[in-house]
Amino acid sequence: MSTRLTGFGRLIDRSKPLRFTFDGKWMRGHPGDTLASALLANDQMLVGRSFKYHRPRGIVASGAEEPNALVNLGKGGRFEPNQRATTTELFEGLRAESQNRWPSLDFDIGSVNTYLARFLPAGFYYKMFIHPRPFWKHVYEPFIRQSAGLGRAPKDRDGDTYEHFHTHADVLVIGGGVAGLQAAKAAADTGARVFVLEQTAHWGGRAPVDARDEDRIAGQGAADWVAATVAELEAMPNVTLRLRCMGAGVYDHGYVLAYERLRDHAPDATGPRHRLWRIRAKQIISATGAIERPLSFAGNDIPGVMLASAVRDYVVNYAVSPGDRTVIATNNDDAYLTAIVLKKAGLDVPRIVDARAQGGGALMEAAKALGIRVDTGRAIAKVKGGKRVTKVQICAQAGEGGVLDEIACDAVAMSGGWSPVVHLWSHCGGKLFWDDAQAMFRPDAAHPPTGADGQGFVTCAGAASGALDMAHVLEDAHAAGLAAGKAAGGKAKRTKAPETTARADAPIEPVWLMPQGAKVELRTKTWLDFQNDVKVSDVQLAAQEGFESVEHAKRYTTLGMATDQGKLSNINGLAILSDALGQPIPQTGTTTFRPPYTPISMGAIGGEARGVVFQPIRRTPIHGWHEAHGADWEPVGQWRRPYAFPRKGESVHDAVMREVKNTREALGLLDASTLGKLIVKGPDAGKFLDMLYTNMMSTLPVGKCRYGLMCTENGFLTDDGVVARIDEDTFLCHTTTGGADRIHAHMEEWLQTEWWDWKVYVANVTEQFAQVAVVGPNARKVLEKLGGMDVRAEALPFMAWADGRIGDFDARVYRISFSGELSYEIAVRASQGLAFWEALMEAGAEFGAMPYGTEALHIMRAEKGFIMIGDETDGTVIPQDLGLDWAISKKKADYIGKRGQERAHMTDPGRWKLVGLETVDGSVLPDGAYAVGEGLNANGQRVTIGRVTSTYFSPTLGRGIAMGLVKHGPDRMGEVIDFPGTDGKTYRAKIVDPVFHDKEGAKQNV
Amino acid sequence: MSDPVSALNRAAFTGIAQIAETGLQGMITLRGDLASAVVIKAATAAAGTDMPARGEAKIKGEHGLCWMSPDEVLVLCPHAEVAMTIAAMEQVLAGEHALVVNVSDARAVFRVSGPLAREVLSKLAPVDLAPQAFRPGMMRRTKLAQVPAAFWMEDDRTFRIVCFRSVAQYVFDLLKVSAQEGSEVGVF
Amino acid sequence: MLILQCPCCGVMADETELAAGGEAHLKRFGPGSSDDDFESYLFNRVNPKGVHFERWRHAYGCGKWFHAARCTATLEVFGTYSAQVTEPPQEIRDKISARRPGWRWREFG
Repeated sequence: MSTRLTGFGRLIDRSKPLRFTFDGKWMRGHPGDTLASALLANDQMLVGRSFKYHRPRGIVASGAEEPNALVNLGKGGRFEPNQRATTTELFEGLRAESQNRWPSLDFDIGSVNTYLARFLPAGFYYKMFIHPRPFWKHVYEPFIRQSAGLGRAPKDRDGDTYEHFHTHADVLVIGGGVAGLQAAKAAADTGARVFVLEQTAHWGGRAPVDARDEDRIAGQGAADWVAATVAELEAMPNVTLRLRCMGAGVYDHGYVLAYERLRDHAPDATGPRHRLWRIRAKQIISATGAIERPLSFAGNDIPGVMLASAVRDYVVNYAVSPGDRTVIATNNDDAYLTAIVLKKAGLDVPRIVDARAQGGGALMEAAKALGIRVDTGRAIAKVKGGKRVTKVQICAQAGEGGVLDEIACDAVAMSGGWSPVVHLWSHCGGKLFWDDAQAMFRPDAAHPPTGADGQGFVTCAGAASGALDMAHVLEDAHAAGLAAGKAAGGKAKRTKAPETTARADAPIEPVWLMPQGAKVELRTKTWLDFQNDVKVSDVQLAAQEGFESVEHAKRYTTLGMATDQGKLSNINGLAILSDALGQPIPQTGTTTFRPPYTPISMGAIGGEARGVVFQPIRRTPIHGWHEAHGADWEPVGQWRRPYAFPRKGESVHDAVMREVKNTREALGLLDASTLGKLIVKGPDAGKFLDMLYTNMMSTLPVGKCRYGLMCTENGFLTDDGVVARIDEDTFLCHTTTGGADRIHAHMEEWLQTEWWDWKVYVANVTEQFAQVAVVGPNARKVLEKLGGMDVRAEALPFMAWADGRIGDFDARVYRISFSGELSYEIAVRASQGLAFWEALMEAGAEFGAMPYGTEALHIMRAEKGFIMIGDETDGTVIPQDLGLDWAISKKKADYIGKRGQERAHMTDPGRWKLVGLETVDGSVLPDGAYAVGEGLNANGQRVTIGRVTSTYFSPTLGRGIAMGLVKHGPDRMGEVIDFPGTDGKTYRAKIVDPVFHDKEGAKQNV
Repeated sequence: MSDPVSALNRAAFTGIAQIAETGLQGMITLRGDLASAVVIKAATAAAGTDMPARGEAKIKGEHGLCWMSPDEVLVLCPHAEVAMTIAAMEQVLAGEHALVVNVSDARAVFRVSGPLAREVLSKLAPVDLAPQAFRPGMMRRTKLAQVPAAFWMEDDRTFRIVCFRSVAQYVFDLLKVSAQEGSEVGVF
Repeated sequence: MLILQCPCCGVMADETELAAGGEAHLKRFGPGSSDDDFESYLFNRVNPKGVHFERWRHAYGCGKWFHAARCTATLEVFGTYSAQVTEPPQEIRDKISARRPGWRWREFG
């Protein structure tokens, strides 16, 4: 059984107990524990079920590489699935549940799959779910959906907050083990601004666990050296150290995302839970260490089989023994450290099985001296056990698995060698090479990821670069730190790496399968990917079926596609694939390493962007009044505009009808502040606007307004609005609400990149003004009541503007109308916008003043046949389609879009053109409906001859009105055409003039 | 007569830094040839400060000149003096190709102050705000989360931020989130 | 996530502060031009692996357009320069030649 030891435990505080639950059962741990170490201390080795076969799975590793120990954590707004127990720090009241099991972890119905394993080989899904076709919908898909997914999606809104943080570093060191610390020290000594990130809660990495008693760094024990170096770095003003902060991804030009877990270990503290660091680093040192590889032998997934390094970690760091009797299997010297540690902890190590015929070096001798039996040239044939290891069978590594011996035990510690963590090196293009002697892929320093200057910006240091013994690690890290500091602009320093004790290891011997000639019944029980249930036999089958590329084999078998992204399985898997293909490992190559290194929370990615700041909402100066008066909002770009102002007990539709009627009969007020206002000034302003608008603007007299159309170079209508000439050199161009920023940018683009010698300046003054449309037969009365400037027709005729005062307000008044009524659009300073609006409401009360919203605006413009950008236009419509030829200058040699409109397709008489549409029965046409003609098109569908672009119920006319684009429309006045609706009905509508109301324009021009 | 009001009417918040909307600030956009003696005269006379070099903000109380782009400076003056200042500038600029326009009401201004002000801003802007990289006297136009903004430092622990008036509430809310209790970073 | 130095305001701008504007040094064809020239101006763009010249705008900054010369394969930036030129300046071409001898891009090289 696994239990808490009396000795060791450098990271836990035994004086304080913590209580937590696992599957509802209360357990005890200590501060400093991970959830995994605490579970083991409570003899909870079984922690989950595998994805496909629901096999019982235990804790394998002690860090980010853990494939099995994934749990649901927390509840309610803090529930989160798929959390690794090995990287979850324990806290009082932690609540964890096992995943992928039903009804319980111990008794799981899905584990029947394991008996079906023979029928669920690689590519099973692709092969099985094809025939018969009708099964897909009713059998296969529901089955796949039922079994898909690991863990449970949270149901509640996330109860935490998150944030981003931008920072810049000269040298960013990722990894706070001895390599990272030494590299940071060397870099910091050059004067560079250094950041050091460590994903765990502790500095020093593996060194404090792996150092032997006699090992020294600069004359100190490893843990002491780590403490002293951290203290030194902390005292340097140019160094920032962060724990619980993982380098998640390396991107172009030195961009790095780092994931800091601020409150996962202290959920009740105030402040954000996670912080996503967005770092720009001149140089990056990846001191990310190495991950131990499992060995591939039958039954290597049974709970109790663990990485040898993890067993060491649990004993030394957390005083947890994974088992009473641990058999050790290895192909290198490191696992002997585990044997020695276990022995020192008073635990039994009945056997070390070393696949190497010659066995190990000094460490082997040390283990033997402690009385541990070492079998060389031997392998594990099979591990026996169900929810826990019970015994192992020993065989010759060279053979097929004939059992030579059987040893009772409750744990197996395995070591297949080490794989440098090259993920961050590889994210942005760093290349790897295969080191035969060490049996590992290492970063190829000659081909680093390159940055803006074409030079490498990532260096690997220590174990991440393939240096495995302490002396090499420190020398490598020191050199990397110095070089990075210098490359980032620091001063070169002649410093040296600290002296260390040497370790005389025997070389590793690659072992990809145990035993070498394992028979098929062993291979089908030999796991590569524990989380996704991929076995040696699956990869061999993939190769046999022609999935020879490593990327194909990965997807066919799902090897390395689980949430651990194959940290333990990838190298073993591609070695098996290489063997099956009869080619060397480097020829097979690796799959692509993609960020993030381990999964990061969605909350961290979103950062602050949630709740009220999910996205910017733009508010006019009068927004608060609208809100207080019950506005029903319509989003228009990022603006919120009142759609209508329903009164108590009134529907939105009824409110719209009332607003139209009131505006036409009395007085309506519209907040038009969102309309774009661009000042265009300079001696060439007229010439410039003549190029921008389809019509002539340079001839507009000062004091007058003119409606204009703007097209893209493609000829398509992109914006419209009224231009006012302020003085000889100055124009004010109104744009649509959505067009202000776009048209401003459009103007600047042409001025800066095409006509840079033209003397024109543009300024966007949209938000300087609150603009109110005062509309209706009583419009003039309310302005005259407020007093100030002369607003009579003689002084301020239709399509003129004037500066003056309205009541107490400085105002610019435009006699323009988008409703067909007598209308004044009045701009005042934004800081007085609300007061001006309130003054109008108050003064207008006796004239029936009511606010109206965008829907009333739309209906009134449609009654007048005015087009709306975005309704009548969709990026394929030219002004000529809309009957706006009157607004296209024939005199101008050029304007933006003119050449585009001359193309054959644009001058085709068969283009759909704007008309009015009146349903025969007075009903409202469905928006976007298509009109059908005679015959079928090439696809056998009915020919379409037009479509509805705007459609409303007109309270003024008491019937449905619409606008649409219809083939030869203007020539077909009076014809009735059919619009099939999606509701199954066919709507019949007569083609009419698009101006439905006051065709002569008499009402607006009074 | 109605008094002009700023977008948030001097709303304030205290977290790990102090956030305040500062009320109305006179702001005038001046576009022109920034090397032209006439333009320089118009700008410096209006603000009472030297002409800023590229990337600089020359601030003196409520007055100042901020370098916005190679052909644009932002003139700061008391809100009540804008009309007068514009008139004076236009007089100096007569005959010169330049644009002078009042943008005071199109903007909102915030002050973020305290020892952690740099951290609050660093959560929102992709800019190096370390003391050695960004100092009083410098001007930066960038984005705060999803909207454009510009800022300079009044002193080593105080930022002045300018954004569009329509997004004043969004920016205020952003700053509140970024300055929430318990969110100290401890970098600068 | 690129960083480009805006030649107009000097800021080392993060890609999030910039807006990409496609191929640089296009010649406008207006009324009177042939269909082929107009089509080419409006729609046809080079898409090289290697040296490329692009338009960028410092959208969340000084608002100015500028040109960038960079390698689309390695993202090496050879330089940024004014948008108010019709071809890459000699200084930029020399820098590219030093890093990519024998380079060609459209009619330039």
